[in-house]
Amino acid sequence: MTDLSKEEGAGEQFAQFEPVSRGPLAVLQRFLHANPTMVPFIVLVLSAAVFGLIAPNFFSAFNLSLIMQQVAIVGTLAAAQSLVILTAGIDLSVAAVMVMISVIMGRLSVDFGVPVPLAILVGMVCGLITGAINGLLVTLVRLPPFITTLGTWNVFLALNYYFSGRETIRSQTLDAEAPLLKLFGERFEIGGAVLTWGVVLMIVVFLVLWYVLQYTAWGRRVYAVGDDKEAAELAGIRTDRVLVSVYMVAGFIVALAAWSSIGRVGSVSPTSFFEANLQSITAVVIGGISLFGGRGSILGPMLGALIVGVFNSGLRLAGVEVLWQLFATGWLIILAVAIDQWIRKVSA
Amino acid sequence: MTAEPILKARNLVKRYGHVVALDRADFDLYPGEVLAVIGDNGAGKSTLIKALSGAIQVDSGEITLNGRPVNFASPLAARQAGIETVYQTLALSPALSITDNMFMGREIRKPGLLGRVFKMLDHAEMERQARRKLAELGLLTIQNINQAVETLSGGQRQGVAVARAVAFGSKVVFMDEPTAALGVKESRRVLDLIQDVRARGLPIVLISHNMPHVFEVADRIHIHRLGRRLCVINPKDYTMSDAVAFMTGAKEPPAEALAA
Repeated sequence: MTDLSKEEGAGEQFAQFEPVSRGPLAVLQRFLHANPTMVPFIVLVLSAAVFGLIAPNFFSAFNLSLIMQQVAIVGTLAAAQSLVILTAGIDLSVAAVMVMISVIMGRLSVDFGVPVPLAILVGMVCGLITGAINGLLVTLVRLPPFITTLGTWNVFLALNYYFSGRETIRSQTLDAEAPLLKLFGERFEIGGAVLTWGVVLMIVVFLVLWYVLQYTAWGRRVYAVGDDKEAAELAGIRTDRVLVSVYMVAGFIVALAAWSSIGRVGSVSPTSFFEANLQSITAVVIGGISLFGGRGSILGPMLGALIVGVFNSGLRLAGVEVLWQLFATGWLIILAVAIDQWIRKVSA
Repeated sequence: MTAEPILKARNLVKRYGHVVALDRADFDLYPGEVLAVIGDNGAGKSTLIKALSGAIQVDSGEITLNGRPVNFASPLAARQAGIETVYQTLALSPALSITDNMFMGREIRKPGLLGRVFKMLDHAEMERQARRKLAELGLLTIQNINQAVETLSGGQRQGVAVARAVAFGSKVVFMDEPTAALGVKESRRVLDLIQDVRARGLPIVLISHNMPHVFEVADRIHIHRLGRRLCVINPKDYTMSDAVAFMTGAKEPPAEALAA
């Protein structure tokens, strides 16, 4: 029997990779399937080129670095959001947690006399804890991530108002008592472009996540869980552990974003970044990560955040009313999801 | 059969509410054989297989592997004991590559600092091993081992799932309806694959509805009825219609088969 099947030619029909001729559209579909960051990359380059033509000063070092600074916080949040969305979940609590943690770090340093590095450490731990809460609700209580984080969003927002007493910690106070909290707002110059450490943080977070997702077992498991949870479970993955760890890592990144946000805003305000929640999801979706989980590259959302930044900056420089920025972002989301659906249809 | 069963179960009972899915069921798998498990829908054969592969836990009864009592709390525990299952759904992650899928849950890390500190995976080594396994099973015409599983045909996917099970299954491989979703040609290849695996000395438990396939590859046929083992027959001594008759209760099985 063994000989027979081997003589039959090591699977002529069975496992052959047939050189089927495909139309150009199908070739494109396969290419995008294999390279999920290409869509946001092309959109970014095209939109930058178009705005470079119609908007004066778009390509100035000043403007480009301004775009980077503007997307740094939402971009960092998008990194956390991407991890959760890769597992076919969603985290609606990111912005509320970020603001709450910035309030905790600020209040501890300024009002409670806690040494600033310790206050920052507490903030990081709070990020892990909030992530663990979300993760445990999703896994142990088996609530859908949307509902879980819709609930915790409100809970953390309330705690944020409680911790802050609805008061803003002013910039001068921070400068005097806790300058370290504003670290990521510090500027430095490279060749005429002014960048902040917050921009660097965002890029580093994305690069680290890229490495982890691509080159470690944990990363592969995150994709497997998002792709098909039952299959991953049957293949021997402890999916609940993976999920809890994902929410915790996301929480930690949100805490980093909280630190970074203090530098960006200059003060600690319990009412800041109200829209950052949906903006982070927008960046992820435009960045080509599938809302159904398991697909897309982590670098996409960084491009996605930049695309939104480029659109906003370009339209503003071109003198277009603000409402059209929203209009354009809306269509970008719809387009991105439509393309994702199309790419997912690739099969043998 | 003179040898001792490699996997043996006695008096397995599993209830779901008022429904008794396993009613004092027995099971014997001998070294190096292909044992087919057949039964009507609802006879409890998938419950039996799930119990043996750790996917569910029985209410009472005893399972022994190589003579030692075992009690698998999860599929992972069964896998660690050397029992692999090719599920009907295959349990592959469609968007991940063939290599990623084969090593899912037991990835190989790079030696030295990169592996220990940075937890870096040894993609090259995993690819090498995956390629070797597929080649051993005559499946190496899959050229790009890094292509996503969803770009493979049904038979190719089945091949990847079987290769994974054989690569890691040291004692027993379960296959649940491996040909159910396949065309004629691809079914042929999977049946050949089953015989290849048997030739390598690994016993296989084949769950199937397809009588011609069962009669072609099985050494013995375990017929499951009403939550328990009705009889075990040798496919050379009985016809397919006999088997179906036993399975449905249309005909009483002979006494010597009952004893087996």
